Amino acid sequence: MNKIGLIIKREYLTRVKKRSFIIMTIIGPVLMAAIFIVPVYIAQLEGEMKIIGVIDETGLFMDKFNSGDQVSFIKVEEPLEQAKANMDKNGFYAILHIPRSELNVPESAILYSSGQPNIIVKGVIENTMRNEVESLKLSASGVDPSVLKSIRTKINLLTIKINEGGDEEKTSTELSMALGFISGFLIYIFIFMYGAQVMRGVIEEKTSRIIEVIISSVKPFQLMMGKIVGVALVGLTQFTVWIIATLILVSSFMAVFSDEISGHEISKMKMQNETILQQNGNMEDNAENVNQSIVTIYESIQSINFGLVAGSFLFFFIGGYLLYGALFAAIGSAVDGETDTQQFMIPITVPLILSIALSQFVIQNPDGPAAFWFSIFPLTSPVIMMIRIPFGVPFLDLFLSVLFLILGFFGATWLAAKIYRTGILMYGKKVNYRELWKWIRYK
Amino acid sequence: MKPIFDIRNINKQFANHKALDDVSFVVPENSIFGLLGPNGAGKTTLIRLINQITAPDSGELLFHSRPLNRKDIENIGYLPEERGLYKKMKVGEQAMYLARLKGLSKHDAQQKLRTWFDKFDISAWWDKKVEELSKGMQQKIQFIVTVLHEPELLIFDEPFSGFDPINVNLLKDEILKLRNQGATIIFSTHNMASVEELCDHIALIDNSRKILDGKVKDIRDKYKDNVYEVAFRNLKGDIEGILNGDCSLLKTGKKEDYQFASIRIKNHLGPNELIGKLLPHMEIHSINEILPTMNDIFISSVEENKNRLT
Repeated sequence: MNKIGLIIKREYLTRVKKRSFIIMTIIGPVLMAAIFIVPVYIAQLEGEMKIIGVIDETGLFMDKFNSGDQVSFIKVEEPLEQAKANMDKNGFYAILHIPRSELNVPESAILYSSGQPNIIVKGVIENTMRNEVESLKLSASGVDPSVLKSIRTKINLLTIKINEGGDEEKTSTELSMALGFISGFLIYIFIFMYGAQVMRGVIEEKTSRIIEVIISSVKPFQLMMGKIVGVALVGLTQFTVWIIATLILVSSFMAVFSDEISGHEISKMKMQNETILQQNGNMEDNAENVNQSIVTIYESIQSINFGLVAGSFLFFFIGGYLLYGALFAAIGSAVDGETDTQQFMIPITVPLILSIALSQFVIQNPDGPAAFWFSIFPLTSPVIMMIRIPFGVPFLDLFLSVLFLILGFFGATWLAAKIYRTGILMYGKKVNYRELWKWIRYK
Repeated sequence: MKPIFDIRNINKQFANHKALDDVSFVVPENSIFGLLGPNGAGKTTLIRLINQITAPDSGELLFHSRPLNRKDIENIGYLPEERGLYKKMKVGEQAMYLARLKGLSKHDAQQKLRTWFDKFDISAWWDKKVEELSKGMQQKIQFIVTVLHEPELLIFDEPFSGFDPINVNLLKDEILKLRNQGATIIFSTHNMASVEELCDHIALIDNSRKILDGKVKDIRDKYKDNVYEVAFRNLKGDIEGILNGDCSLLKTGKKEDYQFASIRIKNHLGPNELIGKLLPHMEIHSINEILPTMNDIFISSVEENKNRLT
């Protein structure tokens, strides 16, 4: 086996055998699975019934409040002050006071509660009152509410992309957004987590003084690249385990509980939907919309070129890491301990954080000039380009991005190797940027 | 005497200081070669050049009379002054890794390590983590790893620092044994006593320049000052009177039953003339020529060099 292979093997095995790695690898999928499972589980739990006492001085609304699964309404006969005082004793979650108004139709009400009232309660009250007030106003202006209902229209904007061959495909902006953002974010996390590991590895070699022993056997460049590649393999191992284990956990959870959930949960969700829809009075429209959008999503899933997305994800994932890994290695070599790394970290962290900060603008306008330039610049392209790709990018953009990332990688590695080679043998010296520049220019 | 390493007109410049200025010397094959000099003189830079960690700006490095190449590092073993091990790694695993980086096969590395571990009686450490070992124990492992691949040229930078006297002797024995088996050893240290004890040749570097090199014996002869120490009893008269201006008395002393005198004799006289002068007046028990110690030579050469520069 050649020497760089030996280095990669050591870097990989020592990390993979560490207890912290094993623990993280196990905990990761459990946490991620929990993100999927816990909300479902919690939704399944019966919510506590919230009873609202209503003092309706107008007499218009009391009958309109429908008691549902989570909220029920009871008419209160006591005067307001007394009702407020007896709120806890009577087991009320809140007291709704609708005062008589000088206007024909009241437009305000007051909700008294001991804590911050939750959003469902507020929503139900507001919806009910709005519907009632609207229909009252309509009748007052002589419009039959059923006419309005027949007029009310929901616009379905179907987005269709025409590709170069003239074929049409349905797209889903939301899906592209989600896909782009998730892959961009994964790259960002990967670069930070494992780039920092490369840096710590270099610092460890320097502070434990083993560096000079090793570079009397191999070239500093071999050691640096071996470390970067070894750590990359550790990261890929961990990510692969995480993704596979998460999928297994989630799907086995679904398999075990699916009957229970689909039976119980869906019917319950339906019921909730129905009550809200009934209150909104346009149930049929919505049901149609739901069906329509499911079809659209299904069609647009097919429209995304998953081969391209997966391929570019792998490329930008690895390319971005290698570029940053080299820079992290250079920083590690220039300092005596982790506390000294701050000043040199800024030029590395700024483009990374910037690309995440820019991601929402890029998502809004994936073909704009900012998106274009930041997806070419190698320090931001791994994240930004990955966000753009699910929306579909021109071949030239992709080509430039790939080309500049490769050039950027060679440039960064060349630069890092120069700093590294001098830095690893330098002890007890306060290094600044001028010093680094000097190292780069050494023959 | 064939040279194993030939250093010719080496220059090395760092940003604003010259680390090596036209340094040349020859390391003879199968010798123990002392590379001496004060801190910051350029020794470590020179050693790094030999190990190809850095390259010279100009000059030639010849290994077996041909230019040094990358493959030669497998024929060199280097124990740096700044040395350490991966703390979290197991001793055996780590020794295997370092041995294989030097080009040994897995099988050879394992076999040789077992032999050395048995020899140093440390086989029980194989599965321990390095951080569990004392500094002296770690030094032993570093020594083993340095010599394991049986290189022709060994470079030890301050090898004895951190060892107790028993282990220093163990190490000295091993170094002499390696020399006797045919290896050449470059030995960099500030410990002049061990230079006198071990080294056949030296080169002294000060302020980026070589100021002295050659056989240890020749150098000590060259620096000798015709000083003799006489041990005697029953002195009749006064020594200064006896010497009568031909020789100078440097110091006298008394130890147990004997008296001592250090005497420098003038150039035209030999030790026999001195004995002749002294014999009628005392009972001589011994007379020894006092050679300058390497320590004295080191200090006087460096001082001289400093005066020349200022």
